[in-house]
Amino acid sequence: MTPVEKPCGLEAKGVVFKYQVDESEAVMALAGVDLEISQGEFVVILGPNGSGKSTLAKHLNALLLPDEGDVWVFGMNTKAPELTWEIRRSAGMVFQNPDNQLVATVVEEDVAFGPENLGIEPDKIRELVSEALRAVGMEAYKRHSPHHLSGGQKQRVAIAGILAMKPRCIILDEPTAMLDPSGREEVMKTIKQLNQEMGITVIHITHFMDEALYADRVIVMDQGKIAMMGTPKQVFSQWEDISELGLEVPPIGQLSRRLWAAGIDIDPGILTVDELVDELCRLK
Amino acid sequence: MISRGIVVGQYYPVNSLVHSLDPRAKIVISMIFMVVLFVGNNFYSFAVAGTFAVLAVTLSKIPWKVLIRGLRPIVFIMLFTTALHLFLTPGPAIFQIGPLKASWPGLIQGLFIGIRLIILIVFTSLLTLTTSPIELTDGLEDILKPFSRIGVPAHEIAMMMTIALRFIPTLLEEADRIMKAQMSRGADFESGNMIQRAKSLVPLLVPLFVSAFRRADELAMAMEARCYRGGEGRTRMRQLRLSGGDYLALGLTIIMSALVIYTRIRFGPVIPRGTL
Ligand SMILES: Nc1ncnc2c1ncn2[C@@H]1O[C@H](COP(=O)(O)OP(=O)(O)O)[C@@H](O)[C@H]1O
Ligand SMILES: [Mg+2]
Repeated sequence: MTPVEKPCGLEAKGVVFKYQVDESEAVMALAGVDLEISQGEFVVILGPNGSGKSTLAKHLNALLLPDEGDVWVFGMNTKAPELTWEIRRSAGMVFQNPDNQLVATVVEEDVAFGPENLGIEPDKIRELVSEALRAVGMEAYKRHSPHHLSGGQKQRVAIAGILAMKPRCIILDEPTAMLDPSGREEVMKTIKQLNQEMGITVIHITHFMDEALYADRVIVMDQGKIAMMGTPKQVFSQWEDISELGLEVPPIGQLSRRLWAAGIDIDPGILTVDELVDELCRLK
Repeated sequence: MISRGIVVGQYYPVNSLVHSLDPRAKIVISMIFMVVLFVGNNFYSFAVAGTFAVLAVTLSKIPWKVLIRGLRPIVFIMLFTTALHLFLTPGPAIFQIGPLKASWPGLIQGLFIGIRLIILIVFTSLLTLTTSPIELTDGLEDILKPFSRIGVPAHEIAMMMTIALRFIPTLLEEADRIMKAQMSRGADFESGNMIQRAKSLVPLLVPLFVSAFRRADELAMAMEARCYRGGEGRTRMRQLRLSGGDYLALGLTIIMSALVIYTRIRFGPVIPRGTL
């Protein structure tokens, strides 16, 4: 018998999950995942398509329950039915397609959706909604229809909808995949703010390598397992393993590595423009 | 190109007395008005109901132009029913074209039906023109709530309407995009007879439905992730409250209804029974 409560951030232990396609056939989506994420951490999850990233994300929000193993969200076991709503409140989830997660015809109504489901008092909801919209910089659009917003704005509204439930953790499943570069930047800036200013734990799934540079920790998934884990520098220094998974080291990382290979005396693990500029200036 | 027709009857946001009424009051008034319009059976009744409608339109600050544009789609039906009455009602002839004989009672009956339709449409479109979709669904949910004890799914109906309203523009945009993509590959949606045109819609509808189901799936997941579990225990941010203006409007509606009932009793049907 596994304990219902366990003190910590988010934890997955030996999680196995299969999608039952039909009677005889099942797809193994998670093949034994062990993971610990502490409160306030910024974690980026990378991995090729079909490696189980979305499936893992849905386990951290009790949308899916493990076939084997356990998931604890802030000490609450996701298998305990009476804790489901508190788990979903404290670990909110933002999805890829901004159009398919906004429910209401007006921005502020949509942000209110979560708190309304929790049965919070109307006056308190209003407060939560304006606070959340301010946090993502969308308060000027509160009476707009989501249909007329840009992709980046829609995702910020979706984030506000989660923030209004006062979560301790936000899980974002490829929130930038359908956005243009400026929308991506908008959303990434918002996510970083949540983490740094509000202390919210962020689990960000992406296929843009440069977004991984913000992370405290990068997790690379492959075939339902965690293939690599560490700081961005540690992960991206494993050059061969990364490209074997069909992923690419971010451009600046490639550049530093090439400069280093060409005999220039710099750190080949540099990943950001600023660091590279500093390093090159030091050379002169 | 598809979305153009939808504009008719859509929320017209200006500040007016009618706009600021409680949506529940407006829904109830509209329902009473519809019944009253069918209780009225002569031109005096219409004078009363018509005056009430004109007053409402004036107070709503909706330009007549907008309301008349809303009538356009039903002009054909109106002319058709009026003509049917004109030619099919027996009575003294006005003129005759071949076997078709236009009668005096027919003319009166035709006019009567036409006017009733015009008043009906003008007044009911005022409801959607002055009430935003959210207010409308909130109001409807509230009105239906007492009936949920006898099995009317009040919350579910309102939620379905909200989601439909939210996704109509998205789906129309997508239909437009698919249509343009198909047209650029030589598809033809505009020529041929009705059957050919209906057939040409299949390659539009199939991808549209597939995508709509995918959207529904993802939306359901997102709603669940945001702790949605039906109407039970759910609160609303927007609270509806009836004010003095709402009671006044309801009072006026009742007076108008009483007057219409009076005209029905006092003056009787437009074409007295037995004269046909
Ligand atoms: N609803 C589903 N039914 C059946 N198989 C699924 C379903 N969702 C995902 N899978 C399969 O599970 C595996 C992991 O998918 P997913 O977690 O979506 O990966 P990722 O998000 O990394 O692309 C894939 O092989 C995928 O085909
Ligand atoms: Mg995925």
